[in-house]
Amino acid sequence: MYRLGIDVGGTNTDAVVMEGNKVLSGVKAATTEDVTSGVIEALEGAIGKAGIDRAKIGNVMIGTTHFTNAVIERRHLNKVAAIRLGLPATACLPPMVDWPEDLKGVVGNLGYLVKGGYEFDGREISPLDEAEIARIAGEIRDNDIKAAAITCVFAPINDTMEKQAKALIEKHCPGLPVVLSTDIGRIGLLERESAAIMNASLLSLADRTVSAFAKALADAGLTCPFFITQNDGTLMAADTVRNFPVLTFASGPTNSMRGAAFLTGVREAIVVDIGGTTSDVGSLHLGFPRQAATVVDVGGVRTNFRMPDVFSIGLGGGSLVRKDHTGKATVGPQSTGYRITKEAKVFGGETLTATDIAVALGKASVGDAAKVKDVDPTFAKAAEAEIIALLENAVERSRMSPEPIPVIAVGGGSILMPDRLGDLEVIRPENFAVANAVGAAIAQISGEVDRVYALENGLTRELCLAEAEKEATEKAIAAGAVADTIEVIEREDVPLAYLPGNATRIHVKVVGEMGGMDA
Amino acid sequence: MPETVTRSKFEYDPADIWVLDREDIDALEIGSAILGTGGGGNPYVGKLRARQAIDDGFTLSVLPLDKVPDEACCVSLGGIGAPVVGYERIREGREGLRCVRAIEEMQGFPVDLIVCEEIGGSNAMEPLIVGGMTGLPVVDCDGMGRAFPEMQMTTYSIYGHTSTPSVMCDVHGNIVIFQHAVTELFHERMARACVVAQGGGSDLASAPMTGTFLKKFAIPNSYTQAVSLGRAVIDAKRRHADPIAAICERENGRHAFSGKITDLKRHLRGGFVVGEAMLSGIDNHHGEDASVLIQNENLVFTREGEVAVSVPDLIVVLDIDSGHAITTEMLRYGQRVAILALPCHPLLQSPAALEVVGPKAFGFPDIVYRPVAGG
Repeated sequence: MYRLGIDVGGTNTDAVVMEGNKVLSGVKAATTEDVTSGVIEALEGAIGKAGIDRAKIGNVMIGTTHFTNAVIERRHLNKVAAIRLGLPATACLPPMVDWPEDLKGVVGNLGYLVKGGYEFDGREISPLDEAEIARIAGEIRDNDIKAAAITCVFAPINDTMEKQAKALIEKHCPGLPVVLSTDIGRIGLLERESAAIMNASLLSLADRTVSAFAKALADAGLTCPFFITQNDGTLMAADTVRNFPVLTFASGPTNSMRGAAFLTGVREAIVVDIGGTTSDVGSLHLGFPRQAATVVDVGGVRTNFRMPDVFSIGLGGGSLVRKDHTGKATVGPQSTGYRITKEAKVFGGETLTATDIAVALGKASVGDAAKVKDVDPTFAKAAEAEIIALLENAVERSRMSPEPIPVIAVGGGSILMPDRLGDLEVIRPENFAVANAVGAAIAQISGEVDRVYALENGLTRELCLAEAEKEATEKAIAAGAVADTIEVIEREDVPLAYLPGNATRIHVKVVGEMGGMDA
Repeated sequence: MPETVTRSKFEYDPADIWVLDREDIDALEIGSAILGTGGGGNPYVGKLRARQAIDDGFTLSVLPLDKVPDEACCVSLGGIGAPVVGYERIREGREGLRCVRAIEEMQGFPVDLIVCEEIGGSNAMEPLIVGGMTGLPVVDCDGMGRAFPEMQMTTYSIYGHTSTPSVMCDVHGNIVIFQHAVTELFHERMARACVVAQGGGSDLASAPMTGTFLKKFAIPNSYTQAVSLGRAVIDAKRRHADPIAAICERENGRHAFSGKITDLKRHLRGGFVVGEAMLSGIDNHHGEDASVLIQNENLVFTREGEVAVSVPDLIVVLDIDSGHAITTEMLRYGQRVAILALPCHPLLQSPAALEVVGPKAFGFPDIVYRPVAGG
């Protein structure tokens, strides 16, 4: 059986066909507004180049930055009624208080504070104000709001009130999608609430996008199941994304770093994924991206998802190269972006880009080298030095020890990377340009248990955690994970003091490699 | 013994007053999180509230300790309860203001200055916010030089201030007055029972102190210290230098361990978060095991079964890459952390202080406090 990995980025859609741990083919196509035609072009290209029978494709894995980009670019977002149950507590900080103003504006800045919520021990802060929920439902209807997000104080301990409020909203606004904070986040009101609101704002886009993926695959005659990669590099069923698009947020960097590790076989390295506009830099430890320890910003909003610790610099193949008033060469952060194939000099355009510099210096052969013959070699050298300085700084920032570890360059713009960076060796693997799609194709399988256990009759926390771990592992194996690759990535217990029997909510998540792989 | 505060009303020279701007608040968030040693309330939530107060037009200001008049009526306040409650059930917002008003009503004359109970975590922000709302400056000092889980653990209490009558206010609008406690420990116990009834997170303002007492027994310059510590971290990151080294250098501390959290036992008990974080060593500590015992704050750090650092010295858990402190409610399985040991202020190292804030006071009679060596 073969696997098809697809990466739908902001600029390019990449596809790879893999057999076991071998990349049979990799193809890049332009991302299209309708998503579908770009996906079809890339996957048809990859299937054709590999020369395989498409009936033998067993799984399709898609990585997409569509939802992250929507938040970053403030596009395709629905207005959301953000309802918080907790008054009189929490009154001093309304929903979205720490969001950037422009994003707040796009999502509607409709924060409602309502009486309700729980204390840590399960007592009610106030009874749920049902009349207020009904009034808000009226405003949602009158203003044609497209979704609601409900967050109740201490909902991870008791989600009853969130569910009650949801039922009330649905009664008054039939068909309105309602997101509950407990389905998305853990304890930490503002981060959980923000994640729920962002998720709600993306629901229409998620529905359209998943349908577009499904249509593209059906049009290509692929009937196998398809999955979408999440923040932590594991797969989720495509239909789950219709309800939880935020879970894909950091999958782009995760896929490119996992792809880089897979393509090189190197497990300790710094990965630089150079795109058209920006480069993402992160470090690999034991073949996996280092995780950010606390919170991560997405489009200026603080979230507490598990995400790789990656930062971006404004350097890509399309970065503008200019002379400042002192005559010094500057590179980026402005970029031609996806217009590079029209605007860069080597493609017949008028704009001098980082790619043109690489071609002018004979470091890369893209487009027509004759078009950059007039670039002053001294100036080109100065621009190159500037590019190298930007990369060196970024790599130094990711470097955790003086030990020289390799730098892996991936992404379409990696022609900008020199062969050595300071004292570090640079590896540019075969198929570097489609590392993201490879990362998607090798994404891991997870198994999860989230349940309330009664710690009584000799049942200890340790026994319950072990049982949950065993069950999660069995789930992962049943879904196709290889037993001896499985490891625990989340392990959390929240005691629910108000319930009899010393109840504790236990959440365990394990991940493992998909069968037939050696990453 | 502290003198009793009698009727007073002071004006302060504007030249002495430091008005905090947004950048100061950003630095204070980082610095107070480090000094919070895991507790003191979530500094991010505190920062957002401080920002909101600035946006609402309030002035957040700090007065140097040596400019406090001897007779000034100084009220110390801060949050009380479990940090996780403050992170999930955010405040109503006027708890501290209600505390100050209730004390003024009780004594029949106004308060002159707000004082910080503990500089760690959100409790560094709380006095500033209340100071803004009441129009009063906050004194550049605190009662701990860090954060501690219990009320009697301030230098104010240790060195003879009787913290009752005190006022405790919750999100609902309840106001409780503790008329008189026969000991500071009794005050703590009663307040703890009350905060559990109020949902695990309230504000408490204790009996006013005179300026004379404060100048003798408060830990000085704590706002200056927290803000410059935060600035040092921001600056190190800007220069791509190691923020952990910058912290150790500023505070004369040391980087005691690097590890990954392999298990986390944490629960709410009697208004506290109690538990233990287990660590498995990475980098230079590969192959070693360690653990941090918690009661709201990080209390004891053991390495390979041996106690390496204990209260009252500061045990700071930081994100190993960003150098940002991780409060106990933000700890997660799998995090890669650095453990720093920073020396506490000498006012916490006297025999009288060690009785209250040493290992024995936290239920570890066998642990002998050994001050951390710098470097």
